[in-house]
Amino acid sequence: MQRWTPFNIVSVVLGFAFLYIPILLLVIFSFNESKLVTVWAGFSTKWYVSLLSNKSVLDAAWVTIRIGLVSATIATVLGTMAALTLVRYRRFNGRMLFSGMAYAPLVMPEVITGLSLLLLFVAMGMDRGFWTVLIAHITFTMCFVAVVVQSRLLTFDESVEEAAMDLGASPVTTFFHVTLPIIMPAVFSGWVLAFTLSLDDLVTSAFTTGPGTTTLPMKIYSQVKLGVTPEINAVSTIMIAIVTVGVVIASIITKRQELQRQRDERMAMAQP
Amino acid sequence: MMGAIGTFFRKRIVIMVPYAWLTVFFLIPFFIVLRISLSTSEIAMPPYSPVFSMADGWAGWMEKFNLLSFDNFVWLTGDPLYFEAYFSSVKIALISTLLTLLVAYPIAYGMAKAPGTVRPTLLMLVILPFWTSFLIRVYAWIAILKPEGLLNELLMGIGVIHEPLIILNTTYAVYIGIVYSYLPFMVLPLYSALEKMDGTLIEAAEDLGCTPVGAFWKVTFPLSIPGVIAGCMLVFIPAVGEFVIPDLLGGSETLMIGRTLWNEFNANHDWPVASAVAIVLLAILIIPIVFFQHLQAKSAE
Repeated sequence: MQRWTPFNIVSVVLGFAFLYIPILLLVIFSFNESKLVTVWAGFSTKWYVSLLSNKSVLDAAWVTIRIGLVSATIATVLGTMAALTLVRYRRFNGRMLFSGMAYAPLVMPEVITGLSLLLLFVAMGMDRGFWTVLIAHITFTMCFVAVVVQSRLLTFDESVEEAAMDLGASPVTTFFHVTLPIIMPAVFSGWVLAFTLSLDDLVTSAFTTGPGTTTLPMKIYSQVKLGVTPEINAVSTIMIAIVTVGVVIASIITKRQELQRQRDERMAMAQP
Repeated sequence: MMGAIGTFFRKRIVIMVPYAWLTVFFLIPFFIVLRISLSTSEIAMPPYSPVFSMADGWAGWMEKFNLLSFDNFVWLTGDPLYFEAYFSSVKIALISTLLTLLVAYPIAYGMAKAPGTVRPTLLMLVILPFWTSFLIRVYAWIAILKPEGLLNELLMGIGVIHEPLIILNTTYAVYIGIVYSYLPFMVLPLYSALEKMDGTLIEAAEDLGCTPVGAFWKVTFPLSIPGVIAGCMLVFIPAVGEFVIPDLLGGSETLMIGRTLWNEFNANHDWPVASAVAIVLLAILIIPIVFFQHLQAKSAE
């Protein structure tokens, strides 16, 4: 076993400092008394209080959360199906095209995805707003779900499915009682990923939205263009807090499920 | 018998639903972009012509088809602004990718060598910023890099510099922004390549008289190449079309194509030219994208 040398420790510590110090500074200055975000003038929660009475920010937050919840749920269903297709069905007409379409949105510049979806909605004569943003979010987040679920399916022991079917379970029953519970942690982290990506998206939303539908990142962006204020820091801090708490809870649940499953497996093995 | 038919239909449904979704909302839109890039700009809604509609019939379609032209692409070549924007996007993306690799490698290497008990926590800490908003993380740098910002105050406070450094609204700020935002994308593939590596190979190399530095370049680095390639793709491709970072951190002289496209669309309302800009951007990125898909598909085998 190789040693963890001081050089390794220093590079990891510096790396994490680089990743976290900007976020920490942003959080700290959201509690600044002064209107300046670079000069500390004492602790205050006034920017949070003023947020509570800012109707346009609250409206934007509500729209963003609704889009996030709905799009993440649909994207998880579609992404899980896409992952099953990629892993289980090795041969069918158009598989090449399918895997291309499933991986391309992961790296596609957002300006291209946004523009192309907007032009589609215009060509289809759809009114732009909540629904078009929702469709756009489902489209790019389902591919992330597919990758997360796919990596779990790759290490999946298919003999448990065969066992269930040998014992008389139909394929649908097998899927919902055997396969899905086993891949659930991955499906769940796929959902969380889709939700946070939707929550954060600016470019695709800005292209596909219409009058009347403003998401929180769009609101933040237009505020930032006007100048840096502690109020933006406060909104950002709340968003960071929500995502952090969500991710931590998700990882605890996932770990618990994994441990439970291992325990169940051991119990099953121990039976004579 | 019934089971076989059932399986057939189930397989069809599992494949067809995501397939249909991606075809309608990912593939077809590209053909629409392509078609509009060949249209002429109009002051109308939608702001381009010809507009194909179902009511035209075949003859009407053919007639309108003849109206399509490559004028927008010719126009792009005529204005040096676009060429410079493409060129500088690729240049900025390449330099930032290289910088990200240089910053990420020691971190991933250190993580891979960390004791097994610490590794899951370190991994979690790398992934966490990836979940927090891109926009917010870019925004956080404005307060740091401003002339009267935190970095300048710190440097002047300890006496390293006497004049504030002008970093915000320059290309340097864009480099910092890209390296910072995309760092987890580079660290993760590098880490997974380095973590899988067999430590005894290094010991063998060292036993055979290789210096630690020599062993790194002859054994560790070549074995981590798949991670290096995957990480570079994940950073380079989106960075070329990046909009938020050059828009918030870059200055007016920072030309990047994502920003040009955005302005063409939102400020000039020239949809056909914006579409042509997108098509050329896609043409530049198609080779790296196909290569990336190939890598993804291969790792899934």
